[in-house]
Parts: sequence; C-alpha cells; structure tokens
Amino acid sequence: MKYAIMINEGPYNHQASDTAYNFCKAALDKGHEIIRVFFYHDGVNNATRLGVPPQDDRNITEKWVALGKEHDLDLSVCVAAAQRRGLLDEGEAQRWGKDVNNIAEVFHITGLGQLVEACIQADRLVEFGD
Amino acid sequence: MAILHTVNKSPYEKASLESCVQRSDAGAAILLIEDGVYAALAGGAKADLVKAALADRKVFVLEPDLKARGLADQALIEGVESVDFDGFVDLTTQYDQVNAWL
Amino acid sequence: MSEENDGKKFMFVNRRAPYGTIYAQESLEVVLIAAALEQDVSLLFIDDGVFQLTKGQNTEGVGMKNFSPAYAALGDYDVSKLYVEKESLEERGLTLDDLQHLTWEDEDDDWAEKDSIRLVSRDEVKKLIEEQDVLLSF
Repeated sequence: MKYAIMINEGPYNHQASDTAYNFCKAALDKGHEIIRVFFYHDGVNNATRLGVPPQDDRNITEKWVALGKEHDLDLSVCVAAAQRRGLLDEGEAQRWGKDVNNIAEVFHITGLGQLVEACIQADRLVEFGD
Repeated sequence: MAILHTVNKSPYEKASLESCVQRSDAGAAILLIEDGVYAALAGGAKADLVKAALADRKVFVLEPDLKARGLADQALIEGVESVDFDGFVDLTTQYDQVNAWL
Repeated sequence: MSEENDGKKFMFVNRRAPYGTIYAQESLEVVLIAAALEQDVSLLFIDDGVFQLTKGQNTEGVGMKNFSPAYAALGDYDVSKLYVEKESLEERGLTLDDLQHLTWEDEDDDWAEKDSIRLVSRDEVKKLIEEQDVLLSF
C-alpha cells in the first residue's frame, strides 16, 4: 500500500513526530511504500540540523535522517511554513540574505503542491499533529 | 466506505473524542493514540464515550502509548482491542481512509 | 464544475478557531493548491471551526494578519462546497447571519451566483466524511 504522511508539529513539544516515525518504520518493515513524509505547520522544525538534545534523549531529526537514508525516503518540508519559521536550506538562505542555513541532510524544501500530489498518488494519507 | 479515525487527546482535557464519536458512522473504527489512550480506562468518568462508540464501531488503543503512560496493567473498557504499531499499520489497510481528530 | 471533477475528493476538516493557532490560516494555503491541481475540494466546518467564517473580523488590535477575506476568494478557485454543521453553530450561539456571505458563480448555469455555504446536520456530516478520498484535518 502507498502512504502519504503529514506531520504538523515540531519535535519534543508534541508526540506527533515520534508517533509518525514509529508508524513509518512499522509500515516500511511490512513492505509498504511511503511516497512522501510532508512536514507542515510547526512540523517543519523537525528538519533543523542544529538541535542538540541531551544525550540520554532521542534525537528526532537524526532518527528521521537515518530512516530516510535507509529507505530512500522523501522528507519534504513546506517552503512557506519553513520560511515563516526560519528553516532555510542553502539556496533559501542565499536568496533571503541570511547568514546560515539549517536543514538537515535528506530533508528538502518543497512546495505545498507536493503534499497534494502525494495525497493524489497515495492510497492513504495518515496525519499526525496536535 | 469505512473510516479509521485516530484520536490523540485525553477526553478529560479536550472534546476531540466526543466530536469523533458524534460524527463517525456505524462500521467505522476509532484508534486511540498518544493522550487519547486515557479514554480506554474502564473506571474513568468519560468511559461512556468509548462505550457508546462500541455499540456499532470498533475501538482500538495503541499499546505502546498505554505502556509509556504506566497503564499497561489497568483494566480497559470491555471490547477495546489493543494494537501495536504493526497493528496500527494493518488498520490503515483494513479501512478505506484515515481521519485524524487533532 | 467541481461536481464533474475527475480528481480525488479532498475534504478539509476545520475544527479549530482562527488566530489562537495558525492551523486555519495555513490550511487555506493547501485548499488553494488542491483546487489549483483540479481536485474535487470541499471544506467542512465543525466544532470551533465555524468561528473561522464569522464576518467582521478585525485584527488591527492584535497585530495579526486578517486572513478572513481569503474565504470570499474561494469561489474564484471553483471551491464552492463549504459545509457548515448546524449543531456546531447552534451550540455556539451563532446563526448563518453571523457568517460571511460566500458565493460562487456556476459556469453551467449562466454564471448564476450561488451560495457556497451549505448548512448540514451532524448526521449529514457523518455521511460526508465517509464519501471522501482524502481527509485533511486542521
């Protein structure tokens, strides 16, 4: 089965990203396909590579990066939501004259059309949020 | 069509479950996740919500969330079925669509 | 018109009030994209979601963007199905007169101006949810 996954909350404040991660891992282990994981609203904050959680806690961003690498996942971050919240890749940082970029590897910034396209292609949309 | 509804809020804090129970159709399923799992406790004052749903819908609870909250040994409302993440995935395949009551 | 749309049936389920959180505002962005990609789009307003449609919103005093005019523009994007649950309105002491008057022009009926808001009962909401291909909740 083909899934589109949507994550609406950032890491740590809400369980949404953890739950979504566990769902994706279980679905992939069962041989399902995840067309795209789309990060929207505060969910874009999952993509920062600058988070430094304590060593005895999980690093949610790194977990997504590892899962993304293992399964060649499309981890899409909404550009409009990201710009609002200061999540910039190299190109965006240059474009807006900012001195840093902060998107972790594997994650990439894209438009909302990619969320709708994923919903069109997928058999199921599963949404995680607050 | 039958929908899998997910509810992630405690019924003691938010009205999401009530809203879901009022607007989910016979044959649908409700999966309690995250803080939604508190609704599955047998002795709770809000247990009637889940009992009402069980009349013509299935109700599931995500066991890892129960365990995380120290509720693994608590009595659940009769008829509520526990699933793990594999079971969550299976439910999304068994029902036609998924709707999250955020 | 959207009634003959070949796309998927996308329903946007709005359960939250505007301004207190950003969900209502950012969900409209998705609605417009889905409409632009020629999907069969409808919006459902239940619970506090009905507060999104009140007329006379004025955000000057709170320093936030007033995005309520965007609802009036939905008709231009062929989004003509805004379902508002009657019970949710009543529970909050509101009537249709408290909401914006939203319209669309029906291409198949000599561009007649028609109401976009369709008042539905809680039982009808149950059925509407079951008819969708994609449910996006905000």
